[in-house]
Order: sequence, then C-alpha cells, then structure tokens
Amino acid sequence: MKTYHSARDKLNHTKKCRAQRRNGGFYMGMTMTQKILAAKSGNEKVEAGQIIMADVDLVMGNDVTAPVAINEFCRAGCDRVYDRAKVVFVLDHFAPNKDIKAAQQCKQVREFAGEKGILNFFDVGEMGIEHALLPEKGMVIPGDLVIGADSHTCTYGALGAFSTGVGSTDMAAAMATGKVWLKVPSAIKFNLTGKLPKNVYGKDLILHILGMIGVDGALYKSMEFSGDGVESLSISDRLCIANMAIECGAKNGVFPVDEKTLEYVKERSSRAPVVYGADEDAVYDQVIDIDLSRVKQTVAFPHLPENARTFEDIHDIKIDQVVIGSCTNGRLEDLMVAADILKGKKVAKHVRCIVIPATQKIYLDAMEMGLIKIFIEAGCAVSTPTCGPCLGGHMGILAEGERCVATTNRNFVGRMGHPESEVYLANPAVAAASAIAGKIAPAE
Amino acid sequence: MKLTGKVIKYGDNVDTDVIIPARYLNTSDPGELAAHCMEDLDRTFVERVQKGDIIVAGNNFGCGSSREHAPIAIKASGVGAVVAKSFARIFYRNAINIGLPILECDAEIDEGDRVEIDFDRGELHNLTKNTVTAFAPFPDFLQNIIASGGLMSSIKGE
Ligand code: SF4
Repeated sequence: MKTYHSARDKLNHTKKCRAQRRNGGFYMGMTMTQKILAAKSGNEKVEAGQIIMADVDLVMGNDVTAPVAINEFCRAGCDRVYDRAKVVFVLDHFAPNKDIKAAQQCKQVREFAGEKGILNFFDVGEMGIEHALLPEKGMVIPGDLVIGADSHTCTYGALGAFSTGVGSTDMAAAMATGKVWLKVPSAIKFNLTGKLPKNVYGKDLILHILGMIGVDGALYKSMEFSGDGVESLSISDRLCIANMAIECGAKNGVFPVDEKTLEYVKERSSRAPVVYGADEDAVYDQVIDIDLSRVKQTVAFPHLPENARTFEDIHDIKIDQVVIGSCTNGRLEDLMVAADILKGKKVAKHVRCIVIPATQKIYLDAMEMGLIKIFIEAGCAVSTPTCGPCLGGHMGILAEGERCVATTNRNFVGRMGHPESEVYLANPAVAAASAIAGKIAPAE
Repeated sequence: MKLTGKVIKYGDNVDTDVIIPARYLNTSDPGELAAHCMEDLDRTFVERVQKGDIIVAGNNFGCGSSREHAPIAIKASGVGAVVAKSFARIFYRNAINIGLPILECDAEIDEGDRVEIDFDRGELHNLTKNTVTAFAPFPDFLQNIIASGGLMSSIKGE
C-alpha cells in the first residue's frame, strides 16, 4: 500500500501511473530541468536527447551580443519583437563606452530598443552586470524559461528557473517568435550535505567541483543541486554556483526552490512562482556526494577554471592586481565579505585593487553601509558597474607577465589582457586577503 | 554535401577567448573578426589559413562565452568545417545557426593531412592516411536548419 504525503502527491502518482501505462509500462522519472522543459514545450514527458521547441519567458542580450542579434533580426525582415516586456537589453560589457566602436554598438542597441518599444532596456546609470541585475529586478522567478545571448545566463538556475546561454542568432529568433529549440539534457546530481566552513563560499564549492569533473565534466548536461546542504547556502552563493555551471560545460545548473528562494523572489516580483522538483525516480548520469564542511578555500590557476588548488599547494605567488566584482562575485554579500577583511588594512603597495559593485543598487547599498569608504581607505579603486576587466574589456587590463587574483569566472589565456598575463580565480575573501598580502593568500 | 581541405590541428578546450579575444568584440564585422581569428592561440593562423581548410581539434572546442563572433570569425577566415572530438554546446548551436559546418568525430588526423568530409554518408576520409571514419549525421531537425541556410531562414520559411 503506497502512502501519500498530500493530495497533490497522490495526484502526481496517479498521473505518473497513467503515463506509465501509455508508455507500455515503462516510466522514467524526469529531472527538475526536464520537468520545466516539458511544461514549456507543452509535453507531458520529455527525455534526454529529444529536441523540443520551447516557449521563452525572457530573452536577454548585451552590448556585445545584441548587435549581432539585431542585425540577424533585421536581415530576416522581422519588424516586431514577440513581446516588448520579455526582451531585455543590458549595456554592461564595454559600457560606459570604452571606445568609439563600443559606443557605436551601444548606440545601435539603444536605437533598436527605442524603435521597438522594448520595456526592459538598461543603459548606463540604470544598468548593472546583466546576471546580477535580472534577479535583483525580480525579472526571473522559479519555473521560468530564460535564454540569454551570454553564456552565464545559466546563473538564474539558482532561483529554480531553467536558464541557459545561447548565441545571437538564437536570440534573434527568440525575439521574433518567443521560442527556442533545445535538446533536452541528461543530468548530473550533486547531493550536498553539511555546511560550508568559515570563509569558504559558493565560489569555493564550484571551483572544487570544477577540479573534480573538469571544464567538460558536465558537457551538454544539467547540474542539479540537491540535498540537505542546499538550505545552508545563501541565494548569493547559489547564484555564484549556478553562474559557473557553464565552466563545467553544462547547459544549466539548477537549485531546488525553498523558503529562501521564495522569500527572495517575493520581495522582487509580483508574479507567482511555479515550483518544479525532480521526480523521485528521476534518472541521472551520475550522482556526486559532497560534504560541504570538507570544502576548502580554493583558487583556480591559469589557464583553466578546472585547475583548482587549495592552500596546501599554493606557495608565494606575487600578484599585481586584484579584481573584486563580476556577475559571479560582485553582489552585496561579496562586497561585505571583502570589506570585512580590508577594514582598517592597506592594499599592498605594488597591487592595484579594483572593486566593482555589480549593479547600481549594490553600489548604493554598499555606500550606505560604509563599505565603499572602507575600500577607498584601504587603497582600492571603486568603479561604476561594468563587466570591464572580467573579459579584458577595460578598467583594469593586464600587461605582459602580470598576475591578477579575480573573483570572476574565467582565467583563459588573454582573458583579462595580454596573452602572457595570468588570472587566478578566487572567492572575495581570498581576493581581499591577497590584495593586502601582495601575494595569493588565504583569508584567516 | 562534400568538403575537402587541408587540416589545421589544435588540442583540447580551445576557448572562445582565444578564437576571438574580447578586445575585438567591439565590432561584429566578419572581415575584421577574421583578421584576429585564433590570435592568442596561434599567431600564424591568419597568415597560413587557406579557403577550405579544415580545423581539427580535441575535446570541448569553443568552450567559454556565447560570442557568435567566434564561429563567424572562423567562417570568415575561409575555414570550410570544424571537426572536433566534442564541442562546447553554445558553440555547437551557434555554428549550426550561422551555417558553419561542424562535426563530432574522433579520427586519427594530423596537421597538414588532407581530408574529405561526406556529410550525407556520414563519412570522413583521411586522404593522406587513406582511412575512413564514420560519424553520426545530424538529427533531422538540425538538418532542416542547415538545409534552409541557418536558423533565421528556417523560421522565415515557416
Ligand atoms: S561579468 Fe564577466 S562573465 Fe559576467 S557577464 Fe560580464 S563579462 Fe560575462
């Protein structure tokens, strides 16, 4: 005799049995991602490998990717976007305009947004780094399907949405039709238990995972996080972890929706969240157990995010620059962590420490909390929100042979400047401690 | 569709930052992008690439950002196709969406070999080594996109 926890549970079970009968007695449960994709493509059931056409709740582009999308959109003779409220443009990569060409690109997006009456257009003064801005504005809620012409669009999986990065042509097609083609992914489940130790954050966890599975360890797949350990992770940590799912090659990273998620979105959105959870009998390619209490401060060495090392294996690496910011670690919580360490201290003489709050709101909150004062007194430069140095755009480009500790997400060759420069990825506490020490240093 | 070309070979994890560094993303002009293609990985690429050449690489080709500028730069360089053991997923869809032929195949191929790719039969012939390797053809849905000349033409046709 099967026992049900609720009427809904029973209903789900009955539905499942019906589906089972239809499938000739064979039923495999769906992962959380598959559940969302099934709902968005009007299917009762989807399975890994299937190609679907799905409805898009939000399509986003930035000053680098939107111009290419706009060109494609216009070249195809489209004249209106499918929904003016569901297209988002954020000018964040090379903005405030770093040079004339960047200015032309921003102008093109600005004019297009004006012409088409796009409701969510974020220009200098309002903009923030896209993946920090959209959750903050309540534009993504649980159950949504979001695509963005930017690989780190996977960030919003932290809120129980399906979100993934696509290219500019995909963006153009979605702007025109409100749809996207997707191949249904299989998944790796990360079963988290315990709690992260002091000064260890979501960033360390995702770098730890990258060290384990590598930069193609989740290629084409979903990374589904679950287990009792999730509850202890802040939304900021979850956003950081989901952000770097793409660094494992994943299609998306997704967290279950809990009280913390619901509270976070309730403060920001009036839309009703739709909560999906994986079926109990969902099939995973792999299940990886991680005890959070055993994760240590982790740094990814050049030139791949998978080159993860802990401090037993890090010796005397002198640095020239520290960047605290980006869509990975430029949120208020990250600035609080960094300020806590920098308070009353000085950045080493030979180090440039650049702090970039990810959005205008974060900047303002940090100012009101006195964090900006702490940074400036410690000898940091504080900038208006921009992607800037993260992708080697502007505001902190590295010269030949220079080394930088950054709270960003990529340390590829030439990512932050000269092809002979080096980027070390770390959490904001390690970045701040390193700025003071003048070399890569743990946060005590 | 059949393509024949000389191979330019790279290793694993060729990321979009080396295919086209972000410092050149302030334009979307294919010609300008092609002038810097592969610059941070291989400074000789731009000089030696010839029309129809085929890039052959290891795992996870095109990892990193979603910049469509990467396949655009490769295509505008005259490269006929990219063959890799595996592709990063956004690069994969971008290449299909813009009509750059790509295929996943693990064959023994060296720099400078001449290869012929027969997309209809799903066969890669290494003309230098005289070997044939089979590969899985695209699913129908993607073949339709390719056949109609890219994603935008395919939705226009609907
Ligand atoms: S901060 Fe860096 S990783 Fe994030 S969107 Fe900007 S360029 Fe991309």
